[in-house]
Amino acid sequence: MPPSARIQQLVKAILKGDKRSIARTISIIENDEPEAQKLVALLYPKTGGAHVVGITGPPGAGKSTLIEKLVKELRNRGKTVGVVAVDPTSPFTGGAFLGDRVRMQDLSVDSGVYIRSMATRNNPGGLAKATKDASRVLDASGKDVVIIETVGAGQSEVEVVKVAHTVIVALAPGLGDDIQAIKAGQMEIGDIFVVNKADRENANKAASDIEAMLEMATEKTGWKTPVVKTSALTGEGIAQLLEYVDQHRAYLKTGKLDERRKERVENELIEALKEKITESVLSDFRSKGQWEKLTQRILARQTDPYTAADELLAKRLKSKTKKENKQ
Amino acid sequence: MSEKKEKKIRVVIAKPGLDSHDRGAKIVARALRDAGMEVIYTGLRQTPEQIAETALQEDVDVIGLSILSGAHTALFPRIMKLLKKKGLNDVLVFAGGIIPQEDVPTLKKMGIKEVFGPGTSTSTLVEFVRENAPRRR
Repeated sequence: MPPSARIQQLVKAILKGDKRSIARTISIIENDEPEAQKLVALLYPKTGGAHVVGITGPPGAGKSTLIEKLVKELRNRGKTVGVVAVDPTSPFTGGAFLGDRVRMQDLSVDSGVYIRSMATRNNPGGLAKATKDASRVLDASGKDVVIIETVGAGQSEVEVVKVAHTVIVALAPGLGDDIQAIKAGQMEIGDIFVVNKADRENANKAASDIEAMLEMATEKTGWKTPVVKTSALTGEGIAQLLEYVDQHRAYLKTGKLDERRKERVENELIEALKEKITESVLSDFRSKGQWEKLTQRILARQTDPYTAADELLAKRLKSKTKKENKQ
Repeated sequence: MSEKKEKKIRVVIAKPGLDSHDRGAKIVARALRDAGMEVIYTGLRQTPEQIAETALQEDVDVIGLSILSGAHTALFPRIMKLLKKKGLNDVLVFAGGIIPQEDVPTLKKMGIKEVFGPGTSTSTLVEFVRENAPRRR
């Protein structure tokens, strides 16, 4: 089959919700195979229907278990759900152990649910490079809700805000005091905060620490960030959490969603440009032979990387203006 | 920047049946991870349907089945049938655990490529997976 026919066939099947085609396409995107860009381009117009919910938080906060409960509740309400669960790639071996499915076992045979485990492949920020496009594939396949689980995230891993409409920050009692709660980064990105494992001691203290931190917020946005205590064990707070997700979605519909979308699209355009410019400029430089020479000079301490970069760019600019003058 | 694009081998390590001994499965998962593969672990007590569906959704190249309960003759044929039904014909399947020698030919006949017993070195396994994983991309 010629590649274009294969792409068409995949897209057609994805729009019908075919799991095998969804799975193949996510792999093609992950591996950055030649068909990846075309596939995303064809699917893109069909996206925008799903509400994308990001769940982040430190390792062990209970994100996967929480997602299992959320998905079950969503299914009870008749919604179809896609999940992309991200776990870290080893920076040493390139391998990964993807264990999020262990907590979601019951969901794997539900025809209204698709779960994909994804390794970061050393992408920084708590998500894989392909996470966003994978969520688009699931969106295009007709899922009502797409849930993205970040890696067990540290304070500064906040990439999920660029992908999700609603961000849930899941914490657990005993992870830190009110000083941790006021730190920058992760604590700033939650549209909803969850204190999971509410069946444990100190859950109230953790919740009130977060509430106190939220009350200090100086920026008025019209959205009052709720804190909800959940227990995956007892089911406490799960329905409430979904209520808040719905409320946040309604809030976004008052115009905030358009703002967020526009900002996001601009950022994505910048990212895409950066990548393509870097790629084309780099391959240009590399093919010209001066690359090796410059590398050697830096190695020999005759110049430094910054000066070398300036030199390369200056040369490129010069040759460009020459060409333009000729025209 | 100079990262080379290479296709990762994706493996699901699954525990069909009712036994709850997953130390072997975890060691295999860890060894394959350390060999640079992406290993999806399913957890205990998986039904054939769950295993086949996981393999489908995760688009894996390889499935490793670990079983110590003796139910392999009942469960493995069902897994293999479901995989075929879902169109996963080219996935490499291997098994490990406590499986009597006399059952091995039957298992191989139904498409299980290799059966590894206790004491198999992890390097043997890694090599086996590397050599036999389908090159479909």
